[in-house]
This record gives sequence, C-alpha cells and structure tokens, in this order.
Amino acid sequence: MKLRDLTELAARNLREAVLRNSLTTLGIAVGVASLVAMLSLGVGLQELASTRLSRSGLFDAVFVTTQANMRAFGAPPRPAAERATTQAARKLDDDARQQLTGIKNVVEVYPEVRFPTEVQFEGKPYMTTVAGIPASARADGAFDEMKGTFFSGSEADEAILQIEFARDLSRQTESLIGKELVLRYAEKEPLPADSSATPAATAGKTAPNDSAADDAPASGGFSLVPREMKLRIIGVVETEPATGFGGFGRGRLLIPLQIAQNLRIAQPTDMREMLRGNTGKPTYESLTVRVSSPKAVQGVEDAIKGMGFGTFSILDATKNLRLFFTVFDLLLGIFGSLALTVASLGIINTLVMAILERRREIGILKALGAADRDVRRLFFAEAGAMGLLGGVLGVAIGWLIGRALTFGTNVYLARQELPPIDLSSIPWWMVVGAIAFSFFVSLAAGMYPASRAARLNPVEALRYE
Amino acid sequence: MTGNSNGFAIRTERVSRQYAMGEALVHAVEDVSIAVQAGEFVALLGSSGSGKSTLLNLLAGLDRPTSGAIYAHDHNLAEMSSQELAYHRSYTVGMVFQAFNLLPRMTLEENVELPLRLAEVDRAERPARVREAVERVSLAARLTHRPSELSGGEQQRAALARALVNRPTILLADEPTGNLDSVTGDAIMHLLQEINRNLRMTIVMVTHDRVRAARYAHRIITMRDGKLVTEGASDEIA
Repeated sequence: MKLRDLTELAARNLREAVLRNSLTTLGIAVGVASLVAMLSLGVGLQELASTRLSRSGLFDAVFVTTQANMRAFGAPPRPAAERATTQAARKLDDDARQQLTGIKNVVEVYPEVRFPTEVQFEGKPYMTTVAGIPASARADGAFDEMKGTFFSGSEADEAILQIEFARDLSRQTESLIGKELVLRYAEKEPLPADSSATPAATAGKTAPNDSAADDAPASGGFSLVPREMKLRIIGVVETEPATGFGGFGRGRLLIPLQIAQNLRIAQPTDMREMLRGNTGKPTYESLTVRVSSPKAVQGVEDAIKGMGFGTFSILDATKNLRLFFTVFDLLLGIFGSLALTVASLGIINTLVMAILERRREIGILKALGAADRDVRRLFFAEAGAMGLLGGVLGVAIGWLIGRALTFGTNVYLARQELPPIDLSSIPWWMVVGAIAFSFFVSLAAGMYPASRAARLNPVEALRYE
Repeated sequence: MTGNSNGFAIRTERVSRQYAMGEALVHAVEDVSIAVQAGEFVALLGSSGSGKSTLLNLLAGLDRPTSGAIYAHDHNLAEMSSQELAYHRSYTVGMVFQAFNLLPRMTLEENVELPLRLAEVDRAERPARVREAVERVSLAARLTHRPSELSGGEQQRAALARALVNRPTILLADEPTGNLDSVTGDAIMHLLQEINRNLRMTIVMVTHDRVRAARYAHRIITMRDGKLVTEGASDEIA
C-alpha cells in the first residue's frame, strides 16, 4: 500500500474511534507536556543564571596583570630567584593595551580606575569611592532597573549614584536626578624637567618618571594638584555594578571611564613606577579584557598569556555551572520521561484494544489483498499519528505550563518588589526534540500491537464476531 | 514450484488441512484433489462442517494446507510466502462472503476502492475502475451510501463489485446467498452467472443449496467430513 493511502486509512481509523484515540493522544500530550515543562524550567533557570552571571561581567572578562603583579590565588610565595626575573616582566602600558584590543574576540580593554575622594553636595562634604564605568557596562543587568538614564556619552560630565550613597545624600533618592554635585580630587601634574617647586605636594623629584600621559618635557616626578569637577546626577542604580574582577564593584559614585581617566588621578602604582624608574608611557596595574562570549574566554586567555602577561578568569566556575545544569536537566528529563512512559503504555493499550475491536476488519483487509506488512504499517501509522499529534499538543501544553509558572513566580516577585524573570524557556531544539521523541516513543509503543495485528490469521479474524 | 495446469484455473492435489483442538486433531479437509477449468462455474456443496469453506479459504490463499498442493495458474500456493499469498489474493482471486464483509465506516465507493488501494493501482485510474465495477452490479446510484444504508442484496452486490474491481481471474464465493431471501438470492446468482458468462471468469462457489447449485453451476463437487464425495456436472448430480 502506498504511503498516501496508508495515511488516509490511518486518519480514517483515528477519526472513527475519536473519543478513545483523543484520550490516548491526550495521555501522550500530558507526558510530553510534563517533559517539556520540566526541561523548559531547567533551561530557563540555566539561561537566567548564565545571563545574569554573564551580564555581571565576570564570565566574559579576563583580568590581565603584568607577570610581576600576578600571583595565583592561594599559591605559595615564589622563590626569590623567580621574583627577581619578574622585574623584567613586560609592562602593561598603552602599547600592550592596544595589542590586547587586537586579539580576536576581544570587545574592549579598559583599566580599573577607582579612587576614594570627597564629594560636595548642597554644601556638605561626603567621602566616597568613585569608579570609572566603560560604555559596555550599559548592557549589565545592574543598570536594567536603574532610575534615570545611563551616561549620554563617554565624556559626559555625568554621574550615577549607587543607592546607598544616594541615600546618604537624600532620603528621596529619585529627587537627586538632575542635580549637580562637585567632585574634589587630586590631579597628577608632571613636573617640568627643571622644576623644583610645585604649588602643591610634589613627589619623585629625584627619580625620572612620568606615569601620566603628558606631552611636556618631564622630570620624572609629579605634583598633586587639588581640582574640582561638576557632575550632573543622571541616575540612581540599585544593584551594585560588578564589571570585572575587583573592577568597579564597591564604587559608590559612577562616572564614565574616559572622564575618570582624564582626571589623571594619582594611583597607587604611580609611586612604585616612579621609584622603579619607569619613564615615558603610563602603565597600568591591571586591565580588564572584555570578551565577546564566555566561550571565547579560554582562547583569549591563552593568547594573552602568550604575550607574557598574567591572566585570571573564572572560566572553571562557568564549566562547573554548566555541569550542574546538565545534571539538573537530566534529572528533570527523567521525571518528565516517566510521564511519557505511562503515556506509551496508554498507546499500547489503545492499539491492543483496537486489534480486538478490528479483528474482522483486519481479516477483510487481508482477504482483499493486504499483506502482513500493510497491516503492520497501518497500525504503525496510527501510533505515529497519535504520537505526532500528542507531541505537538504536549509542547503547546508544556509551553503554557511554563508561562503559568513564570506568571505565578513574577506575581510573587512583584510582591517582593523584585524585578520579573523568565522562568522557563523552550528553545527550538526542545520543540523539535520533544515532538520527535513523542513520535518515536509512540512508534515503539505501537510495535507490539502492530506486529500482533499483522500476524492475525485472516480465517480466524473473518470468523470473529 | 509450478505444475502443469492443462487449462485449469485452480487445482488441488491431495490437499489436507488439520486443526489441533486441544488434544484432538480435526481433519477439516482430507486428501482432496479437484481441478477447476478456466471459465468454469463450480459449486462446492456440503452440509455445515463438511470442509467446503476451509477448502475455499485454501484456494483463496487465506489459509495454508497441512499437506498437498494447490495450483493457481501453475503457482503452488502451499509454497508461497505470505507476501506472495497477499499478491495472489489481490490480483488472482476476488472473494465474496456470506456476511458481505463490507467495512461499515466506508461508503460503497470507498469499499469498492479498497482493493485498488491495497494493489497500489494508480489513483487516476481508480474512479473509472470503481465505476465500471459498480455499474456491472447496477449500484452506480448508491456510491455515497454506507453499507448500513443498503439492503442485504445491495450489500452483496457491493461486495461483488469489490471482488471484481481488481479484475481477478477467479471469483471465490462463500455462501453468497446465505443471508438473503430467495428472490434476492436468485438475483445474486443471476449476477454471478452473468459475470461467469460475460467475463469468462472462473467461479468457485460454496453453498449448501443443492437446487441453486444445480441451476447455476456447471459442475458440483460434494464434500462430507472434509472429504470429496462426488464430483460431476450439475445436471447429473442434481
């Protein structure tokens, strides 16, 4: 029998016993739905965790230091001989920064600029920590729920307040948006080569050094000049941004990174570099390399190590996270599959009952020329059709269950004044996989009834009333 | 395996069929040898349990003999695979039953089309073949009716159309008038006779109606307790 005829006959048979076949199909659908709901929950939670962690900047970032500064976490102190060699370690300067930017899959390379300073607001002084924020941080989850807006540009004189600091300034934190504050800081000013006096504190008169970018002929020393800068408050962020390792977490007053760099704030490394006699180009204590995706971290890390720098990423933590979710998904899948197993028994039962009911029909078909293979395929087609339909229906029900769970969770989260989340996720491979799984499980369930029907003796079947 | 048919449409050689019923062995057909010429109308006569229906099932390839050989156009059914037997039932023989055995869920047209589906006849060719078959049994006006909407005689004619649609060379009829009143039964017998004459189709009909067998068949084969008792021209045996 040709496939089209087989399909038509199977469809006709399914329509004739519509109630029984619908109930069996519904049984399959419930099995598939539970499988899909469980897996979508697992995948949804995994995506939620991955997205949040990825957006935190921890999983797509590589922390780069000079070999001299890098020491493995928890590792014992290095021997003196080894320490001596690190003196000749490669400098982390602008050339290196440029080179790091050129590595494949590297999105951005930025230094950590964070400094404690004083802020004047409405005439009152406040001590706080200022952190420079790169433009890429806009995508961070931390800024999703912020009040106000993100920086309008990389050199905008704007500030975003961390909520705790904002509360120090005013009880009505949102009312701060649009107001101005004054940032007071100490700027490094290079000393001219013959300079012997500065308007403020001076350092490194004897050591030739210029750790700040400056075109003036340098003596190697610098003076610290008190400066002020007006910043307009444009937002208040609730979650503490944590881009990079020890990056600008703990920053309470956030300003664009470019602005922070332009301020030429004296950094702890300046004194050390000056004493070491480093002159000319500015050097960084560390740089954070933002990578296009967590998957690319390993390759970028290897490339950076090859350039002679020390690196650190929490790639292993990502791997462990993936392992955890794989096991989690597997367990959820097993629970879901149990429901599908019960549904498969339903298919076997339905088809075995159908054989008893349709004995005479099978006998007639055989008398008219149907081969055993035709009868087997007919029963197979019916089982497959129920599986396919049950699969499609099951995915739809599973999706609805996922939506309902997300809705319920978000109602609860809203009551807790927490942002909504997408608890379940049904990717396309799960839709295709669940339908295919349902189809093949149904075919497997139909194997015994189909083979029994095919073996039926036509003479006995025709005698059957 | 082939045998010399000598113009026989179907032929058996010492064919037997035994069934095990518990510990007892039932000899439904025992050592029966018959030969039916192409175009012949033969009646298998006998009382209930005489083995005539079992013999018909063996000729149809619905059942396999315990021993002996059955030749249909030189091919031994006893040695055929189940696939080949299905092919034999599809192309060589057409069957009509006492209980009509139409599929109740299908219309007359769908019932008649069913053997064409099983024989994988081209879809474009089917409507003409169905129409030809139903016109032969004068049921062209009832194509869309389901079996429950047809009278007994119409149902048997529909079954006859279904048996003819694949243009078999042998028609096997198992008590075709058994469920019909005498007038309708005669009409069916007329139809069978007409098919035999016009299409030169070989007919083997199982019946216990000696009068009808004598009136319509060329030859009567009588069976009792699974064995062949008499064989001869219908006018001689009647």
